[in-house]
Amino acid sequence: MKEKVEHWDMIIEGKTSLFSLQFKDVWRYRDLLMMFVKRDFISFYKQTILGPIWFFVQPIFTTIVFSFVFGKLAGISTDGLPQYLFYLSGITAWNYFADCITKTSTVFRDNANIFGKVYFPRLIMPLSIITSNLIRFGVQFALFLIMLFYFNMKGEDVHVTSAALLFPYLILLMALLGLGVGLIISALTTKYRDLSFLVSFGVQLLMYGTTIIYPLHSAPRQYRYLLELNPMTFIIEMFRYAFLGRGEHSVHGIIYATSVSVILFILGVVIFNKTEKNFVDTI
Amino acid sequence: MSQLAIQVQNLSKFYQLGQIGTGTISRDFERFFATKILGKEDPFHKIGQTNDRTTKGSSDIVWSLKDISFDIQQGDAVGIIGRNGAGKSTLLKILSRVTSPSKGVIKIKGRIASLLEVGTGFHPELSGRENIYLNGAILGMRKKEIKRKFDEIVDFSGVERYIDTPVKRYSSGMYVRLAFAVAAHLESEILIVDEVLSVGDAEFQKKCLGKMNDVSRGEGRTVLFVSHNIGAVRTLCQQGMYLKNGQLEYAGLIEDTVTKYLIDTSGRGGVPIRNRADRIGNGQIRMDEIIFINRQGLATEEILSGDYLRIEFQFQKELNVPIHDMIIACSFSDQYDNKVVSWVSDEMPHQFREKERNYFTLEIPNFNLRPSTYNFSYQISRKTTAPEDFCDVLNNVATIQVLASDFFYSGKNIRSANSALLYATFQ
Repeated sequence: MKEKVEHWDMIIEGKTSLFSLQFKDVWRYRDLLMMFVKRDFISFYKQTILGPIWFFVQPIFTTIVFSFVFGKLAGISTDGLPQYLFYLSGITAWNYFADCITKTSTVFRDNANIFGKVYFPRLIMPLSIITSNLIRFGVQFALFLIMLFYFNMKGEDVHVTSAALLFPYLILLMALLGLGVGLIISALTTKYRDLSFLVSFGVQLLMYGTTIIYPLHSAPRQYRYLLELNPMTFIIEMFRYAFLGRGEHSVHGIIYATSVSVILFILGVVIFNKTEKNFVDTI
Repeated sequence: MSQLAIQVQNLSKFYQLGQIGTGTISRDFERFFATKILGKEDPFHKIGQTNDRTTKGSSDIVWSLKDISFDIQQGDAVGIIGRNGAGKSTLLKILSRVTSPSKGVIKIKGRIASLLEVGTGFHPELSGRENIYLNGAILGMRKKEIKRKFDEIVDFSGVERYIDTPVKRYSSGMYVRLAFAVAAHLESEILIVDEVLSVGDAEFQKKCLGKMNDVSRGEGRTVLFVSHNIGAVRTLCQQGMYLKNGQLEYAGLIEDTVTKYLIDTSGRGGVPIRNRADRIGNGQIRMDEIIFINRQGLATEEILSGDYLRIEFQFQKELNVPIHDMIIACSFSDQYDNKVVSWVSDEMPHQFREKERNYFTLEIPNFNLRPSTYNFSYQISRKTTAPEDFCDVLNNVATIQVLASDFFYSGKNIRSANSALLYATFQ
């Protein structure tokens, strides 16, 4: 009897290794990723009058309210920067990170319907979320640049530093961090919904634990280490330093933020891949 | 030599019944401890039971599929049949990688496209055009592939006029048409289809069946098809698999599989009507039960067009009521209440005789109705058929499902419709 070595294109098994991540599959479905991004973008402004202008509304109003509450009423220092610029820079960057976490963390529940009916690499969905958010961030960042230009013209003491070259890297860090945390939460919530309650207000509270409404150096000495545990602190500070010329910038901070982001991202992807196989049964 | 397209070995899948909530976390730890640390088999797999939804089990772990092994050759069209909950959809879900098996291995050659639902991922705000691209991509098509087939898809769907309108403005029929059109143009070696034809109007259903036929016969692709429409399965598939309570009961030629299934599902054909209150008549004679019996002498609810059928009437009567003057009229009507065929005993003529037994039968050598669902009604009276002589009249007592067969021996199954069939020839 001759045993022919069979060639199979795909083998489905119950148990797969923890690290069979199938990035090749993700690459094959790249068109789908772009399609989801396009869908998110188009469906966002369909049947609205202002269309994409709505992207501006949230950061503008938040900045105004923050300037009033924290700047005028509470009198919190903005490091000598114009309040509007200080808050807008923080909000723009923070929004990207926060959106990545919150949207990714509900990815299984939001898409249970599609996931239950058709296969594609599940990782496409969270990746499309961070890409969609990137477009949104891009639009809001343009607003920030316009404001920056305006205040510069007015002769305020703001200047873009060479650290602005790190800008794409900072975005990547925020994306990895948001995606990593989001993926971990999304995987855990398929079986135990409890965590999902934590996410929405947790992210909001975390904002106060990041240097969005105050500069890092104004933090009391004894609590400073708490803020420095938060990798987002370094990213935001570096972001401010890059574009406004004020903020604490340290190499070790960026290294710390990088390592935390990468570790959480890898952990997130592994857990997510482990969960995606059977989540349909438990969601 | 034909080649294997799919090979399934010892496939099993278990589900946890009931609520998932508190208790599951401790069980998760227990399971983790047993499998990962002690290296033993999952403790909860052992207590699992086969999946019979009608009986109450002692465990809340249930095997939706248990130890299924089969091979599918390239180019085969395989129909998967079985009752609700037999594991058909679970099998398709595992094959299309929506969920993963608990045990076992599946090996696949070629690309798989699965159609467990039409229009998965359609976004109501997007136009038909945008949805074609989105849905195509979800189903695994590349953008340039969709672009190449775009005109064909639009043409097949027949919604060209609305192609730039958001699909939320579509009628449900148009929606389904567009969705199926995308799926039908998938280029994959293996196509998995679950009961998607139950939507859409008759014309479109025919079109879909035709397209699927092209796919399997014309293009030599492998098709797995799940449906409760036995007629459609028989038309489309050459091979069949019959699943019962999560186990593979039979696999073989589709004709044999269907026969096996029909014999197996019979036995639930009897309809007790004792307690129905909506009857008319003086009640001197009353029906207790109506049973449809097939050629094999088994009670059934399904019959092949043109096949033998016997109807058994079980009755009871008041003590001194004679039955020699009883007249029984009975009929089958379609779902719109149009009578398709009827019999009246005094015309045939038949006079019932006093016997010990409490039933009589109506034998129909050839049940010549086209594939559809028909309702059975009867009327019992004495002496005349005038309303004042009614003993027992009851409508829609039982339904019988007529399945497509090769009625005219042409090698082709007859079409579905609500009408009778008469043997005839064209000259």
